[in-house]
Formats: sequence, structure tokens, C-alpha cells
Amino acid sequence: MATIKLSANKLDELKAVCKSFNNEKGELINVLHKAQGIFGYLPAEVQEVIAKELNISVAHVYGVVTFYSFFTMLPKGEFPISICLGTACYVRGAEKVIDEFKRLLHVNVGETTPDGKFSVACLRCVGACGLAPVVLVGDKVYGRVSPEGVKDIVAEYAK
Amino acid sequence: METIKLTIDNKVIEVAKGTTILKAAKGAGIHIPTLCYLHLHDLNIENKPAGCRICVVEVEGRRNLAPACVTDCAEGMVVNTHNIRVLNSRKTVLELILSDHPTDCLICAKNGNCELQTMAQEFGIRKLHYEGEQSTYREDTSPAIIRDIDKCIMCRRCEMMCNDVQTVGVLSAVNRGFMSVVAPAFERNLDHSECTYCGQCVAVCPTGALTEVDHTNAVIRALADPSKTVVVQTAPAVRVALGEEFGLEAGTIVTGKLAAALRRLGFNFVFDTDFAADLTIMEEGTELLDRLTRHLNGDKDVPLPILTSCCPGWVNFFEHQFPEMMDIPSTARSPQQMFGAIAKTYFAEKIGIKREDMVVVSIMPCLAKKFECQRDEFSTNGNPDVDFSISTRELAHLIKQSNINFNELPEEDFDHPMGESTGAAVIFGTTGGVIEAAVRTAYEVQTGKKLLKVDFEELRGMEYIRQATIDFDGLPINIGIAHGLGNARKLLQDIKDGKSKFHAIEIMACPGGCIGGGGQPLHHGDSSIIKARQKAIYLEDAGKTIRKSHENPYIVKLYEEFLGKPMSEKAHHLLHTHYFDKSNETVIE
Repeated sequence: MATIKLSANKLDELKAVCKSFNNEKGELINVLHKAQGIFGYLPAEVQEVIAKELNISVAHVYGVVTFYSFFTMLPKGEFPISICLGTACYVRGAEKVIDEFKRLLHVNVGETTPDGKFSVACLRCVGACGLAPVVLVGDKVYGRVSPEGVKDIVAEYAK
Repeated sequence: METIKLTIDNKVIEVAKGTTILKAAKGAGIHIPTLCYLHLHDLNIENKPAGCRICVVEVEGRRNLAPACVTDCAEGMVVNTHNIRVLNSRKTVLELILSDHPTDCLICAKNGNCELQTMAQEFGIRKLHYEGEQSTYREDTSPAIIRDIDKCIMCRRCEMMCNDVQTVGVLSAVNRGFMSVVAPAFERNLDHSECTYCGQCVAVCPTGALTEVDHTNAVIRALADPSKTVVVQTAPAVRVALGEEFGLEAGTIVTGKLAAALRRLGFNFVFDTDFAADLTIMEEGTELLDRLTRHLNGDKDVPLPILTSCCPGWVNFFEHQFPEMMDIPSTARSPQQMFGAIAKTYFAEKIGIKREDMVVVSIMPCLAKKFECQRDEFSTNGNPDVDFSISTRELAHLIKQSNINFNELPEEDFDHPMGESTGAAVIFGTTGGVIEAAVRTAYEVQTGKKLLKVDFEELRGMEYIRQATIDFDGLPINIGIAHGLGNARKLLQDIKDGKSKFHAIEIMACPGGCIGGGGQPLHHGDSSIIKARQKAIYLEDAGKTIRKSHENPYIVKLYEEFLGKPMSEKAHHLLHTHYFDKSNETVIE
């Protein structure tokens, strides 16, 4: 695990989140949700702070973080790639698109490239089923993506 | 009390409302098998995650089988605990558990003492019908405890002990589904966590997933080395529990046989940690009186209460969790370490050997002692005061391996000088014992009067937090006692909040004290065993001629010949220690 220190203002923001839930143990999931909103992911330091603020063990926080697939301990890349796995996209070959991203970038779903540029994630339906299969890079939507088209998308950002 | 009538296996029984089927059946003499369930009645500890599904029973009128451990009885309920549907279901559940469990039972540390193995035997499992992937996880070896998670069945007893009872919070279920394991935060190894090595997780683990680091081979090697003088010390709680490993009833006192067995194993000097417990009282008692006197004379820099420091699990606990209060515990080393320090100086000198040629082995009811003896501050030029600490269980293995028929051994005595002890030292093995021993000595030293009665019943018992006021000839001394680290935490929090009225507090990490230690013979959920050991401890004390530490003639001699007086410079150097702030040790790598 890399050493990532929290900046003072982010730390204050995190503590404020805990406080907004009255530092209640039972609000752990809500706190984690907001924290991931702030940091983009949940590094160990963030979990340590939350555990302290909510007066629960870090092991327990880590247990919850690893239980729910929504939570991630890996930072997102500069260009987060999300492949839709909704029904329409799935039947139109989204899985092959994922495989191509994995092959080109040498990462698994949920991971980030070592240079911090790209991260690959899946999501469920962005409401653009007519364009299936759909890929998002940041907020930009790519429709009717074929495995062959993946390298062009990557090239667009790899400069 | 509102009661309910129900039928279990054609037996009509009446139970209090809120009783589970499992407890109702037990009360009626019907045994329902359990695996994840654990109930230490006398200690008020219960684990019922309803995770394993072994205890399922048929409740007539219900579609699904019900787990007996968490299903409450209802009026008119008809329960079948062993019809064919139930039996088949249980067997399937067990086979599924076994399908993801290594079958290397023959060479498992828990072979013959494993609840899963026993159950497979009782159920008559002869074939595994389910093949599939087996989960694998790296083995984690710490100074005291080994985690072999491949053998974990997710009963989560360890998690309950670590979190609910001990409030140490190291273990938690992490990940999901097939990948889930019980692990420290960020799946670090135990030695990178806040683990206190109290070993209560090991004490309740039904399988070989959590075991102690075994040092018996190192001891055998030392015994076989002719250039080494091997000295052994044995803790008070061992003598009231070791017999269980040889089929004797819980609470059987085997002090004499223990000494005989150690002699036959080849130890050159068979000594007793109790000797060092008496020494601890001299140092800790003097420190108590010194702090008390200065505090009462108005020196506000002297903090009270004084806390005992014999328990290494407890020391680890406050170093990690309450570092800001490190000036409150006594600086006295634990008896194990006092013994080692004296053995490798005073005694080594006496018999004319160098410390490097002496090996000190301790027999302990404890796993944290393994960690304690490896601490840097307890060694001189890299040579530890105590070389190896083995548990009561490991000693039993050693005796069995060495073809010693334990039950046929004669009763023998410990050797002199470090084998002589008093009743005050024996009671170190139970909750309340250390402080009672301290009171016996402190009272007489402080008041200059002889105690008419050395038994302080008000300090004894099994309640988690106890308090008593002892009259020191007009000076009321408030004593607090806690066992189980969760209860210790409560007393510590009171001190932190300035609410504590105590002058002295005894703390032991394990429920029951050392008699319930993580290195003791496994109780398999029967807490009456721990009570029986406690009774035996007080019996052993009552049978001693000398029952006050300061009257131990060999302790008196040790001070005359070697140490001077309690808290002297030499005593400070050899018998006292300092603590470390470990609170930041676990943050971000």
C-alpha cells in the first residue's frame, strides 16, 4: 500500500461528515458512502479516521468496506472508464469490450493502471440502451462500442 | 415469570418465555449438536451467529428447519431434534463445511482436540460427497499465535471474543461470500495489529485455525544439550489445569506430579513462578504503599490508582489503547520476567555459570507470555531472561511424548531456592488473587500489625468488575478488580474521566484470570471448568503453611544476599520495567 497522507482540509471534511451523522456507529455505511464521494475511494487512512470518529474498530470498518462491492480501496484513474453491464449492453457484447480494456490496459475490473491514468469499472445501465454497448470515460459517453473500437478510445486519452 | 409449554422429541416441557429451543432441549436432557454456538455460562459470554446451521431442528408447521440456538420457544411448539429430515440436513451442512476444509487432520495441531473433527466422527461421516474449490489463505505467524485460516469455519467465536469480550477489535469478518475470512484490518498480520496475544481467540477456536506458536521442540533441544543448564518455572494456574489433559477431573491439583514430571523431562532445576510472584508482591506492594503515602501526603504528581502489571496481555492492551495512562500501572515486571532476571543473575552466580549457559523455560497458562519473553527490554546483550515460554497444553504434549505416565507419578517438591512460595503466590492464578496477595503484605507492612485472617473473601468471585474497601487499621483502601479486557477498559475509562475512587486496581486480561488463560487446556465451552480451577487455587492457598509473600524465607534471603530492599537500585534494574506508546504502530504503512 502506498503512503497517502490526507490533507488537512480533506481530513476536516471527513470529520465533518462523521459529525453530520452524530458519530453514530450505526451510520457507518452512510459515512463510508460520503467519504468515498470526497476521496473517490476509501484508503486505509480514511478508514482509520472513520473508525476513530465512530469509536469502532478499524477491522470492523475494513470488514464493511470489503463486504460491499460499491466501496473501493483503490484510487480511480485520471480517466475513469466505466463499462455498462446493464441487460441491453450485456447482450450486445459488453463483456468482450471489458476483456479488451483489460487486455490493453493490463488491469482487472476495479483496478487502476500503475501510471494512475486509467481505471476500469463496471456499472449498471446509464439509460442509453439504444446505444448499447455503452462505455463512459469520465462523463463522456461512447455508444455502440465494439472490442475493435476500444483501442481508439484508449488512444484518445493516452497522449 | 411467564412460562411456555412445548414438546421436544415427544417430551412436554415448560420453560421461561424467551428461552431458545437449544437451551430448552438442554434443560430437558436432549443434546442438540452445535458448532458455531458457544455459551460460557459462568462468564456470561455467548456466541450465536446462527452461522453454521448444525443445530437445525424441525418445528412442526414451519416450512424450513429452524436453528435451535436462536429460535425462541413458543407456546404449543412441537420440535423434533433428530428425525430423518433433520439428520440428513445436518449431515449435508457438515459435509459442505468439510468440503472446504483441509483433511490433514493427522498432522493438525488440534488433532484429537478439534470440535469439527469430533463432530465428523459423531456424525459418522465416511465420505465427502461434495467436491469443489477450497479457499486458501496465507498463514500468519506472530510471536504467540498462528492463524491458519484455511481451517476456519467462520463460526466467528474469535471475533466475538476479540470484539465483545476483550474490546481489542483486531479481528473482523472481511470480504464476502466464498472469499470471506476473519482477519485484522487491511488483512495485515497479527503482529502489525493491536493484538494483545491474550489468546482468547485460540481458547475458543473449534478447529486448528487459531493455535499457539509451539516451542516444545526448542525446549527438547535445550534439554538435550549437555552444555546448557535448563531451569524451569511454572505458573500458578498450570497446577490446577494440567491434570485435565490427562483425564483428571477439572480442579484437580497436580502440583506434586507437575514437579515430578518436569524433573523426569530432564530440567536441571525445577522451580516455581510462584517464588517470583512473592517477589512481585514485595516490589509491587512496596510501590503501592509508596505511591499511596506520597499521594495521601498531598503530592499530586503521584497518580492513583496503581494498576497491577503482571498480565502481559493487559500490558499490551494499555500500550496500544491507553498510552496516555502509561504512568499508572505499576512498573513491577511480571512474575515470569522477575523469575528470569533473578535466575540469570542471582541464581546463575550461585551455581557458578554464565547466563549464556543457562536456559530458562516457563510453563504458562498464557500465550501473551510468549510475546512478553521476546520483548527487547527483557534481555541482556541479546540473551533473553526467559528463553522459551510454553503453554499448559504444550507441556502436556511434551509429557506425553516423553513416555511419562503422568497419573502414576509420585508427588514431589520444587527445588530450592526458587521453588519456595507462599499461598499468596498461588492465588496469582485467579482473578482477585494478585490484589489479595498484595493486600496481605501491604496491610502488615503499612500497619505493623499481624493479620488475624488472611482470607479476603470480598475480593474473590467471578463477577467481571468487583470492588471492596479494605480497612488498613483506620485507613480505608478502595480496591477494584476487573478481568476480561472489556471490563478493564471500563475501569480505565473511569480513571481517564476522573471518576475512579480506587487506590489500587487489579487487572487480568482473560476472563477468570490466568485459570482461563489462552494457553490452558481447552474448555470447549464448559465454563464450570474455569470455576473448578478457581476453587482449586484457593484450596491450594489454604493448604500452605506460609500465606504471605513477605514471610517467604527464600525471598527474605534473596533481599539480604542480593537485592538489598524492595525498590532498591538493583531491584529497579532487574525487577522493574517501562512501557511503550504503541498507539501509532498500526497506522498507514
